[in-house]
Amino acid sequence: MDRVPILKIGEVLLVSIQVDLQDQTVLALQEDLAERIVATGARGVIIDITAVDIVDSFIGRMFATIASMSRLMDAETVVVGMRPAVAITLVELGLSLGGVRTALDLEKGMRLLGAPLPAAGPGALDGR
Amino acid sequence: MTGASDSAHLSTLLESERETLLGRWVEIVAATMRGRLTADELRVELGELYALIERAVLGGDDEAAGELRAALGEISRSRARQGFTPTETATSVFALKQAVLERVEASADTAAYAEFAAFSSRVDELGLVTFETYAAAREQVIADQMEQLLELSTPVVKLWDGILGVPLVGTLDSARTQVVMESLLERLVETGSQIAILDITGVPAVDTEVAQHLLKTVMAARLMGTECVISGIRPQIAQTIVALGVEFGEIATKATLADALAYALDKTGAHPGERTGA
Repeated sequence: MDRVPILKIGEVLLVSIQVDLQDQTVLALQEDLAERIVATGARGVIIDITAVDIVDSFIGRMFATIASMSRLMDAETVVVGMRPAVAITLVELGLSLGGVRTALDLEKGMRLLGAPLPAAGPGALDGR
Repeated sequence: MTGASDSAHLSTLLESERETLLGRWVEIVAATMRGRLTADELRVELGELYALIERAVLGGDDEAAGELRAALGEISRSRARQGFTPTETATSVFALKQAVLERVEASADTAAYAEFAAFSSRVDELGLVTFETYAAAREQVIADQMEQLLELSTPVVKLWDGILGVPLVGTLDSARTQVVMESLLERLVETGSQIAILDITGVPAVDTEVAQHLLKTVMAARLMGTECVISGIRPQIAQTIVALGVEFGEIATKATLADALAYALDKTGAHPGERTGA
């Protein structure tokens, strides 16, 4: 079974989902993430779903579950890189992800969590 | 043997009296066109058809039958675009029967009469082809216009660095909401904007359904990390919204687009005159 890697950047944990999510993978991810938050004392969790094309209600609920779970451990969750088609699907499914914060890309997500970004060289902030 | 002799009389007639028949055909059609097409234009167009009909209907040439259908299709499509009625278009074909019948009567050839009946039904089929193509062409025109209208009414404009504006004009139904949502979200990704302003000054009325559509759009944008501001709420609309009990919740609403822009500039921390990269 695929396991989704969890990367640590400073006080933030980064989960970049690159595979098709099976229900089992999702459950394993929730477990791993909870352990890692406690182990690292992370303050924020970023879930990057740039590569995710298809979501269903189960995965939609996963975001909300991870967010509430992390909040209990004093870590804030940001979902970044959602594709337009995915956003439309979630809205049509009636899932508005109430407690989850969102950002357009990873950089904006990091900024939202107040995580230190690499020193802004020339043009670094104009890269939009 | 029968195949050839069946239409022997008529094909001889069509061949020998080509100029008279074609002339009469053009004359009848020109009368229905009321000067919108010149006789010379018609003569070229119908002359081509005449040759094809001779080969396809009387000669039984399959290749010519295909060409004939294509030529008829082309003529009906151009007629549909020029605004001719379906009757006028179909008459262009049916008039050939009258022209031929007149000649058959004049020749007093009974065998030709029998052939004419078969010929007539073939021409009727051709007339139906023009009618079908005509209808299809008009449908196409309508579909194209619908699409253009949809595109026209849903522009997404960049108001400032990081701020998008969506001036909504006309009633919001589910089809249009879908288009608005899609184009807004696409542009969000392209421009990396943090705030989008939905301006509903041009929306004539807001009922629960329209409000629902607006909320959906706002939710979808929010899922991608963009805040939405709804602006252009006129007094009557504010009253309707309250009367209907629609809740816009945490969504920021402003009376005018200018207020919304000021709010957005404030939020993004942009200051007019200090545009990045300007």
